[in-house]
Amino acid sequence: MLIDFIKGLAVTFKHIWKKPVTFNYPEVKRPQPAFYRGRHRLQRYSNGLERCVACALCAAVCPPEAIYLEAEENDPKRPVGAGERYARLYQIHQIRCIWCGFCEEACPEDAIVMGPIFEMANYKRSDFVCNKEQMLDAPDKGFGEPIVLKVNQPL
Amino acid sequence: MSRLLIENIIFAVKIVVIFGAVLTAVPFMVLLERVLIARIQQRVGPNRVGLDFIPGLGFLKGKFIIGGILQAFIDGAKLFLKEEVRVRAVDPVLWRIAPLITLVPAIMILAIVPFGPPIGLNIFGDWYKIPLAITDLEVGILFYLAVTGVAVYGIVLAGYSSNSKYSLIGGIRSSAQMISYEIALSLSLVGVLLIAGSFSLSRLIGIQSEGVWNWNIWKQPIGAALFLIAGFAESNRLPFDLPEGESELGAGFHTEYSSMKFAMFFMAEYMNMFSYSAILTTLFLGGFYGPIPLPASVYAMIDQPIFGIVSGVGSAVIGVFWFSVKVFLLVCLFVWIRGTLPRFRYDQLMDLGWKVMLPAALVNMVVTAAVIALVAKPISAAPTPDGPALTIALLVAGVVQVVAIDRILTARKRRILGHAH
Ligand code: SF4
Ligand code: SF4
Repeated sequence: MLIDFIKGLAVTFKHIWKKPVTFNYPEVKRPQPAFYRGRHRLQRYSNGLERCVACALCAAVCPPEAIYLEAEENDPKRPVGAGERYARLYQIHQIRCIWCGFCEEACPEDAIVMGPIFEMANYKRSDFVCNKEQMLDAPDKGFGEPIVLKVNQPL
Repeated sequence: MSRLLIENIIFAVKIVVIFGAVLTAVPFMVLLERVLIARIQQRVGPNRVGLDFIPGLGFLKGKFIIGGILQAFIDGAKLFLKEEVRVRAVDPVLWRIAPLITLVPAIMILAIVPFGPPIGLNIFGDWYKIPLAITDLEVGILFYLAVTGVAVYGIVLAGYSSNSKYSLIGGIRSSAQMISYEIALSLSLVGVLLIAGSFSLSRLIGIQSEGVWNWNIWKQPIGAALFLIAGFAESNRLPFDLPEGESELGAGFHTEYSSMKFAMFFMAEYMNMFSYSAILTTLFLGGFYGPIPLPASVYAMIDQPIFGIVSGVGSAVIGVFWFSVKVFLLVCLFVWIRGTLPRFRYDQLMDLGWKVMLPAALVNMVVTAAVIALVAKPISAAPTPDGPALTIALLVAGVVQVVAIDRILTARKRRILGHAH
């Protein structure tokens, strides 16, 4: 009985010398795994064009309907996206979003993926609506060549 | 100036210095507890409010312990500045004085604790011998028992006057707990008192001088253990913090208190912890004596009068050092136990108090008295350590008792579990 007691004390004594498992948060951030479902990112091709073709599959699959987008035709001379259309307006409501990752899975163009950012606190409700500008990758961070579709070829 | 006046001034200065020092130590104890508990739970602990506001010390931010050294002070300041919420239904008088009744005894215990050997002071050509304790009462232990007995009234009255069911349950638990543990607490001290033949703390320390093998803990292992356990119960620390019982009673007896009144209860808990550690050190762990005595020639050298004004500074510094180290380790033990054991259930608490600790204390008392009678120890006039015969006899008796208690407890546990299944 007394031995049990001393055993218990020994366990906690050992724990005193172990490295803490918590982090000094604002200075040290917990490293996120690659599959972490944080704030969304909109990716680009290596030539800087947006991958999103405004097909709205993500908006359709989104369970809480957190995605709102408005499509527009690309101007062939000064294209924004690689496809025929691009999203003129692309918003994700971060309070409605349930971070399920369905949009990422649904997207046929690998345009929307979820990133590592988890610090999304804000002061106003309206600030939780995340716009395309906040989510788009930098123009030089693109990857892959756009698939040249027949419809885009000059006749 | 007359001698009496100077002695009174010395007395007042001692009170201010000792209470000032101990009250300053309380925030550090809070910090120590929080950091140690955090480490036991493998967290980082408080490290945000440190000294990094001083230019050049910014690198300390977020560093272990140092980074949070001011945390407890800031918490105290916050409690001072908080609005005080008072429920209209409370009993105004009792409700106001209850925190004081809890805090004052916790501080008063320190009046009898000797922190170090006496120093000499030369004032206007007269030598004064200043013991490093506020007073050396002939009935020190009785004073201690009486004062700790008062502290419970504060808790009970707080629970009663708050007019809230949680507070009341906390207060009732507290009174029941105190009644059960105070008897064991008092009886656990009888052994030491028999050995010392006196209630005076200076004499109790005197018989523990000259080395770790003379400490009372070897003569009274059961007494020391019982005193420690009863100390947990009396200072309402885990595993006996039933009066507070956050998980079931809100905050127990101090549910309705806020601001400074809450801070008083909070301080009382830590002061109690400190006082218990100090008394335990004094009674069982040799007080301000180090584990290995220095040769008398060394003492003669370091205790030379300095500038003809003070003498005995060397041994006083060593004494205060050892006293602080022991108290520090005991406070760490308090925290360590808190980090290890869960809270007792109420019936288990009563069971332990009445059916284990009280009989153990009684048996220990009888065995100690018998051993002392057998060894035929003379009560010496001057407080000096007893020979090894008594220590060995009492140590053997103590070990036998420890083994017996362990056997009985194990058998009981098996019986109880057997019934349950
Ligand atoms: S993660 Fe889920 S909820 Fe959030 S936008 Fe994508 S599909 Fe909608
Ligand atoms: S992000 Fe993907 S799924 Fe959503 S509209 Fe753009 S291309 Fe379609």
